[in-house]
Amino acid sequence: MTSFPEIWTFLSQEPLMWLTATLLAYAIGDSIFLKSGKRPYVNPVLIAVTLLAVLLWVTDVSYPTYFEGAKFVHFMLGPATVALAAPLYANLGKVRQAAVPMIAALIAGSTTAILSVLGIAYALGVRGEVLLSLAPKSVTAPVALGISEAIGGSPTLTAVLVILTGVMGAVMATPLLNLLGIKDWKARGFAIGVASHGIGTARAFQVNETAGAFAGIGMALNAILTAIIAPIIVLLFF
Amino acid sequence: MIYHLTVILLCQLAGEFLTQSLDLIVPGPVVGMIILLLLFFFVPKVAEAIQPTALGLLSHLSLLFVPAGVGIVGHLDRMGSDGVPILIALAVSTALAITVAALVFVGVCRLVGDPK
Repeated sequence: MTSFPEIWTFLSQEPLMWLTATLLAYAIGDSIFLKSGKRPYVNPVLIAVTLLAVLLWVTDVSYPTYFEGAKFVHFMLGPATVALAAPLYANLGKVRQAAVPMIAALIAGSTTAILSVLGIAYALGVRGEVLLSLAPKSVTAPVALGISEAIGGSPTLTAVLVILTGVMGAVMATPLLNLLGIKDWKARGFAIGVASHGIGTARAFQVNETAGAFAGIGMALNAILTAIIAPIIVLLFF
Repeated sequence: MIYHLTVILLCQLAGEFLTQSLDLIVPGPVVGMIILLLLFFFVPKVAEAIQPTALGLLSHLSLLFVPAGVGIVGHLDRMGSDGVPILIALAVSTALAITVAALVFVGVCRLVGDPK
């Protein structure tokens, strides 16, 4: 009979182990989220990531080994982005009606996101490459990395900042929008998508399908707009 | 379901192809989304068929960010001594962006007389 440590040594290097662990960690996070009555600060992504990070640290398994299993989940981000066309199509009437408010909110939200993060960080003493890496923080990861590289930031650091922004947006959006007294699902969803990309969009879908559809549009439009204006802002001010 | 997924993957593939060949800044999947949307326009039947699969994919969108999230944990130290200022800047800026975007959206809706 093979001893437990030997089996573990074998399985801990297998993709099956880490794919299962990823789904299990998410299932735990999601069930805590549901049990809490879908409270915004109980974020399933944050719980799953924390559980897995601790597990990898305790078992001394490297991220590349983990990713061999987790990449199957990660891959689905692409098809899920394509699938955003479905809620968009279902809400097409509302989207057409809201074209003007959307464009206005996009320009205002996108500029605020870039200028405020650079301004606050600069005021707090952040300079150089780290400062520039902050500029595309509200943009979906693949585009943000490209922008960061183009303006002289560090793409790896930007990846960290993008995910942090997504989680922050997902956690604060509901209480903040309630405080502002905004009840329109279109406005709520769109604002979350512009400010906190895919992770915010995922949160919007948990709450309301129309909000999710508008978050998806906000995310896509902000990716395009930030790619154009972030280099200009950096050139003008920094 | 397999047919639907095939259509979605084909759209993504076409999107990647366009992004690569035209050197676009927009990522392939986003172009793929636009292609699928156009397909829905011209063949409404496809939209009806794909809707359940697409919504199924999106219902657990959060799960798909977990692997990348685990990846950044090892890089948190990259913020170095700037950790606290960065976290403050991210939190305040995200709150401001949500506030401004939502208020402008609602405000312009009122200006142009959107019936809701």
